Amino acid sequence: MATKVIMPKLGESVVEGTVTAWLKREGDSVEEYESLLEVNTDKVDTEVPSPASGTLLRILVNEDETVEAGTILAWIGQPDEEIPDESPPSKQDDLTDEISEDEIIPDQPVTQRPAGRDNELGYISPVVARLASEENIDLRRVEGTGMNGRITKKDVLEYLKEQKGEESVEVPIWETPADGDLFRPTEMVFARQEDEPIKARHSIALPGETQSLSPMRKQIAEHMVHSKRTAPHVTTVMEADMSRVAAHREAMKSTIEGRGVRLTYTAYFLSAIITGLKEVPLANSSWTEQGIQFHQQINLGMAVALPSGGLIVPVIKNAEDLSLIGLAREINDLSERARAGKLQPDEVQGGTFTLTNHGTTGSLFATPIINQPQSGILGTGIIQKRPVVIQDAIAIRPMVYLSYTFDHRILDGASADTFLATVVQTLESWSSS
Amino acid sequence: MTEITLVEAVRQAMDEELARDENVFIIGEDVGVRGGVFRATQGLFEKYGGKRVVDSPLAELTIVGVGIGAALYGKRPICEIQFADFIYPAFNQIVSEAAKMFYRSNGDWSVPMVIRAPYGGGIGGGLYHSQSVEAFFTQVPGVKVVIPSNPYDAKGLLKSAVRDPNPVMFFEPKKGYRLIKGEVPEGEEYTVPIGPAKVTREGQDLTVFTYGMMHHYALQAAEMVAKEGIDAEIVDLRTLYPVDRQTILRSVQKTSKALIVHEDNLTGGYGAEVAATIAEWGFMDLDAPVRRLAGPDVPGVPFSHPMQEWFMINPEKIADAIRDLAAF
Repeated sequence: MATKVIMPKLGESVVEGTVTAWLKREGDSVEEYESLLEVNTDKVDTEVPSPASGTLLRILVNEDETVEAGTILAWIGQPDEEIPDESPPSKQDDLTDEISEDEIIPDQPVTQRPAGRDNELGYISPVVARLASEENIDLRRVEGTGMNGRITKKDVLEYLKEQKGEESVEVPIWETPADGDLFRPTEMVFARQEDEPIKARHSIALPGETQSLSPMRKQIAEHMVHSKRTAPHVTTVMEADMSRVAAHREAMKSTIEGRGVRLTYTAYFLSAIITGLKEVPLANSSWTEQGIQFHQQINLGMAVALPSGGLIVPVIKNAEDLSLIGLAREINDLSERARAGKLQPDEVQGGTFTLTNHGTTGSLFATPIINQPQSGILGTGIIQKRPVVIQDAIAIRPMVYLSYTFDHRILDGASADTFLATVVQTLESWSSS
Repeated sequence: MTEITLVEAVRQAMDEELARDENVFIIGEDVGVRGGVFRATQGLFEKYGGKRVVDSPLAELTIVGVGIGAALYGKRPICEIQFADFIYPAFNQIVSEAAKMFYRSNGDWSVPMVIRAPYGGGIGGGLYHSQSVEAFFTQVPGVKVVIPSNPYDAKGLLKSAVRDPNPVMFFEPKKGYRLIKGEVPEGEEYTVPIGPAKVTREGQDLTVFTYGMMHHYALQAAEMVAKEGIDAEIVDLRTLYPVDRQTILRSVQKTSKALIVHEDNLTGGYGAEVAATIAEWGFMDLDAPVRRLAGPDVPGVPFSHPMQEWFMINPEKIADAIRDLAAF
């Protein structure tokens, strides 16, 4: 098929051009991009390159002729090729490198354009998509009454109403659409003005300072909000008698500290958690869209408060392989380096369960927030001597509350309590051997 | 409660503020002896004298410049620009001086000044007496932009504007000066806070966001389509800057369809900000594309009567746009 040579549009306002010279004659062969002719407009003189390789079959516009942009100037093709029958010089319609304005900008706003329902569901508006996803609706079952059968928000609400057999389905209205200054009611941004005239020459400032957010503060905020939004949190609390652990620790302390290891209660808690996680593997898992992922390793995170504020959660990898002393050594090392800010990035990643010791600041029990994507977090309160009833007698024992927050998508009360009971039992029956 | 016109509400607000605070004064072209070309200052010259109601030369730059100077001196000027179309000579004073004063002096100096200007077409005023200029100022942090749609708000908002510690642009729909009537408490002091928009008609099917004269028309349009079973919610934005995004988004959450109406030109008009707000924060609530109905992109409101009709948004045009959007 022969190729057209057309008068180019040589500028925004240039609509015509004059052929000043043909650089090839009919029958000459020409390479693509080789200069073919010279044109002149009131703004520029330029050479026009050949749009294809081949033979210049016919020249339609002679030198010194002026034609509109888009006019066919010549044909290029194989020597014996036929030229499409067009009476020269004619305006060429389908300018490939120019898109007419009509094609870019619709005359009418989109609302007046038919939405079409050719590909099964047609146009799905954002709110319909959101409702369908939130309410788990198969949109193919919803009858569309909008333009060209489009499914409207009302159709979805109507469908839901039928499904649930309720009087009406309210789309929840957020308390506040979003956060930040942009969304504060303007009455708050611009406090009510007082009736008395305000003097011009004095500074007006609201009391109180704003502390800018540190990267860690921001991260903590993000993680906490993300977790609360992701997992339905349930916290269950049990208490443990720490007598045996305390006795064991007292006995071990001197020998171990000689080896440069500080034996803390944290090591006992971690050890008991490991026993619990082995007993209830569900507590050492993560929620994924494909299903519940059971972790082969037990990687224990422990929250460490930093002297500068904030906290970090270093992770003891493969904790199930470590002895009590091994755990203690890891705890010493990681918490010291955490406080010194010398943790490696991979030492704060990959946790499968987390311990937070809020008891160090006097807290009895708490409702910790899960460190995503883990399934649970155990909080340990302060170890306090408390009167407890043992075999109908009142005894004084070092007691601790253990608060276990779990992801209710994964665990239920029974499995969660089995885990926590195992932890308690491990601590209470700690053998001195 | 008495029913008064919008321009009378404006006059009352200034009368009360002049009486309340001796620092308040009015300056503008023909505001004194003549009582203003729209009679917005009628009787005030006689009541408060030539030092409180000042006839200025025909120089808008001077009106605003004097206002800024007086405001820095502790006065509370109300500058009247006779037609919003004439505000451009004062633009530099407003944007470069008035809007920036509080910020650049770190709060030491402020310009408690109101600039009143009648805006809008449909009154046979031609190119130079019909313009809507609000979009020029809603892009200027440091000035507030207020456009009332009814006498009650006009009075309450203008009083708030006079008491505001920083400059307020107060645009009054001149076509509505005598056309729009409404009840205003008699002998009872009240203000309307600058900032919040207001849902003036509750509806379920779609929301019309509008202000000024177009709000008046939108309410009429809503009644027209109500007979056809379309339940339109109307939001009177009232304060264009700062933007009351919360009210906008709440309404979109409810109706999921938004039509924005203003008589100012379409492109770069205030509707773009409302549309952007909805697109950015309300996208997942939308059930239809956001639509704008606005003045066509021509340099002015034409003088020829049929051409003016072509330019102006009216209740019928709004009703048509509502029908289109409702049918989507």
